[in-house]
Amino acid sequence: MKYVGQAIKRKEDPRLVSGSSSFVDDLALPGMLHTAVARSIHAHARIKRIDISQAWKLAGVTAVVTGEEIAGKCGPIPVAGEIHGMKKPVMHLLAVGKVIYVGQPVAAVVASDKYIARDAADLIEIEYEPLPAVTNPEKAIEPGSPVIHEQFSDNIAYTFGFETGNTEEAFKNADVVVKERFVNQRLAPVSMETRGAVATVQAPDRELVIWSSTQIPHLLKTQLAVMVGVPEHRTRVITPEVGGGFGSKLNVYAEEGLVAYLALKTGKPVKWIEGRRENLACTIHGRDQINDVELALKKDGTILGMRAKVVADIGGYYQLLTAIIPQLTGLLAPGAYRVPTFKFDLVGAFTNKMATDAYRGAGRPEATYLIERIVDCAAQKLKMDPAEIRRKNFPQPSEFPFATSGGVVYDSANYEKALDKALQLADYAGLRKKQAEMRAQGKYMGIGLSSYVEICAMGPSVAMPAGGWESGSVRIEPTGKVTVLTGASPHGQGQETSFSQIVADEFGIGIDDVFVQHGDTARIPYGIGTFGSRATAVGGTAIYMAVQDLKAKLAGIAAHILQSSPDKIVFEDGKLIAGDADKSMTFGAAVTQAYIARNLPPGMEPGLDRTRFFEPSNFTFPFGTHVCVVEIDEETGEPKITKYVAVDDCGNVINPLLAEGQIHGGIVQGVAQALYEEVVYDENGQLLTGSLMDYALPRAHDLPMLELDRTVTPSPVNPMGVKGVGEAGTIGSTPAVVNAIVDALSPLGVTHIDMPVRPEKIWKILKGRKAS
Amino acid sequence: MLPVSLQTSFPKGMLMTQRVRITINGKLFESDVEPRLLLTDFIRGVAGLTGTHVGCETSICGACTILANGLAVKSCTMFAVQADGSDLVTIEGMAKDGQLHPLQQSFWEEHGLQCGYCTTGMIMCAHQLLARNATPTEAEIRDGLTGNLCRCTGYQNIVKAVQSASGKMRQTQNVAAGD
Repeated sequence: MKYVGQAIKRKEDPRLVSGSSSFVDDLALPGMLHTAVARSIHAHARIKRIDISQAWKLAGVTAVVTGEEIAGKCGPIPVAGEIHGMKKPVMHLLAVGKVIYVGQPVAAVVASDKYIARDAADLIEIEYEPLPAVTNPEKAIEPGSPVIHEQFSDNIAYTFGFETGNTEEAFKNADVVVKERFVNQRLAPVSMETRGAVATVQAPDRELVIWSSTQIPHLLKTQLAVMVGVPEHRTRVITPEVGGGFGSKLNVYAEEGLVAYLALKTGKPVKWIEGRRENLACTIHGRDQINDVELALKKDGTILGMRAKVVADIGGYYQLLTAIIPQLTGLLAPGAYRVPTFKFDLVGAFTNKMATDAYRGAGRPEATYLIERIVDCAAQKLKMDPAEIRRKNFPQPSEFPFATSGGVVYDSANYEKALDKALQLADYAGLRKKQAEMRAQGKYMGIGLSSYVEICAMGPSVAMPAGGWESGSVRIEPTGKVTVLTGASPHGQGQETSFSQIVADEFGIGIDDVFVQHGDTARIPYGIGTFGSRATAVGGTAIYMAVQDLKAKLAGIAAHILQSSPDKIVFEDGKLIAGDADKSMTFGAAVTQAYIARNLPPGMEPGLDRTRFFEPSNFTFPFGTHVCVVEIDEETGEPKITKYVAVDDCGNVINPLLAEGQIHGGIVQGVAQALYEEVVYDENGQLLTGSLMDYALPRAHDLPMLELDRTVTPSPVNPMGVKGVGEAGTIGSTPAVVNAIVDALSPLGVTHIDMPVRPEKIWKILKGRKAS
Repeated sequence: MLPVSLQTSFPKGMLMTQRVRITINGKLFESDVEPRLLLTDFIRGVAGLTGTHVGCETSICGACTILANGLAVKSCTMFAVQADGSDLVTIEGMAKDGQLHPLQQSFWEEHGLQCGYCTTGMIMCAHQLLARNATPTEAEIRDGLTGNLCRCTGYQNIVKAVQSASGKMRQTQNVAAGD
């Protein structure tokens, strides 16, 4: 193996570090117009009147559209994630009749430059009749709450639940029951590049071309074609460089439909670039669940059963996958443990807020937080070491594939190995000793563990709303250069490099002879996209399979010419070597034969081009243990992370540099949920965290150097044994941090503290202690 | 100091524009602009240098960081007219003779970027950091970069990249000084 497993620096980077790459806002088409959106200033209101006359008078304005026009001409915002029996409100691209959250698009203008477009949008007069708003999901589903969608009787979007085994019996037989309410606060994904799209109708075929900063070019193409009524084979989506997504661009948004419609209407290219305030108000949010959790155990710490009641805040309406994200919480709630009985009850609540949807981890961070916190609560109550209660309940490696009470089958794992490695790396015994010393001095230091498991490589199509497979095409050009087309749509993960590593190794050629393309529906066979830590495990496998087919064909050609047999041909150092005949030919010579086609084995077609669609048989389930150490400043209450150790197992690793990068970034995002971030609406539904001055992202000086290590348990689900790593850090880290803080404060009798654990929350606890 | 010249001499009712002359990466750009035109839009739209990105519009994220008369500034909250007469360097001015700047090279080698959107501003900020302190500690690097947000990397490899660049740049200076 020449490249796979090596820390190869990225092919993507020269263009990115030099500023020569092209993001969507970098596109400038001749005659391009700009659009700006007038948005609701109310969380819940009837639209009495819209006066666009002043906007029209502004020089440079070429179109003004409102919901009335759009509703008749464009389909609604698509919803792919459905739960049986759920209420289905229809959401138009622009509001019709009423608005249900602050920031909802009400009208759009098109003008010759973006400053004029913004001026014109501000000149649109919208008269509202405000209605009572509801922002608390538990209040929203109570009888008597203002009803957001008046065609329905209440704000209960759906209910969902299941029970595995008899939890009542388990709780009756328990020695100990621990119970806690955990809140997974609402978060904003905040990719550094906001959303944006450009649409144009291209001569001569009147092809509708949309450049969008998206994670799902093909799904977007299908949805936009249907939405604006252009045949799909004359609709093309191109993703230029995408500046991060974290799930927020795994969607089909009103503005993408609007630019397509406006390009068709004006006959000119139309650009829309989201502002950061729009991004915080009108790009999907994540999390926002209230989890009431009970755990039943024996005295020795053996788990007997769990009950979780979840209220999920949907927001005002569904985006693409909104409804099914909290379902994933139920699938993963038993975590890395034997939980023989489990009852899960979920209610989705409509509120006057932006829709929630997939944000890095999507349902699994919530699950991991609730199980990893409640297990720590149990350890605290039973006076057990948090490491030992975890160890006691891990299924053993021999038990895999392991069917959980969450209803999924874990593919492969060795949880204890990762735990032990993390404890060793962190010097857990030494940390506990230091903690005892610090406590003796009246100082607050805590050690938090999180032994997470997660659901990756999404996924089998039966479990997915719009196909869980991925496409991979490999074409060997007559000169021996290899073009790889992937249906995955990387946006920072680095698959142009990692996929090249896979292909170069298999063919025995140089990595620079492989070029990976993605994100253009006219060039790339239909695919699903990048999300759910799926690109390598599903998309990479499709490419791997296509490569195997082409290798078989090339081996056939080489065997024919070298008078060997195909199974004896080895691909190495740019050659196809017939070991038995002690002969070889260059890779390029074999490729040339496939195209000249004068001396092919009987019955073989010319050419070297193969597309495969990989349908995984199951998800993959990466896991690991994170150890977080915090020290608390007694004066300010500030929790400072002094050490962070993460041992992750994502199966085989193609490029450790990229895998570690994903884990670094993931951990910091998860830490940020624990300590800093929270989307806040006031009771009237006004967004209080509407700019980056108010929404606290982590900064460079907030963390120490993270110490990473790995264990390797290959997945049996795909031939490369890879699992996926995009979300692991985010999923594993949040509970480790909160567990550490609770551990630090446990001498004060603290058993739980809600996120984000800002200094003032801790300061109040410490102050209360001093006062008493 | 940045030259600030906001005086305008246009009659009422006319579209108010002002002539600005701004040097970017050694090349002079001259244009009549509205006083409200943001410097980022001048750099991106008038000069066509799209490596400078806009991430927040409020000076928080630093994606738009450039050098103005040698100082790192956030160009999304400056007007083009405020930069009249200035000498700017953007990311496009960092590589010389087809060779990446040591900072660019180090970001690449240390995997200091993922999506790459914040990277160009991050490099410009790091450039000032190293100009002021050629041998920063890890803590000094972290403090020096707090005005630039990255959502992908968790900053760890960015810190390593700046450390690595610091070593490279010292070496180059030593060679240049004949050491």
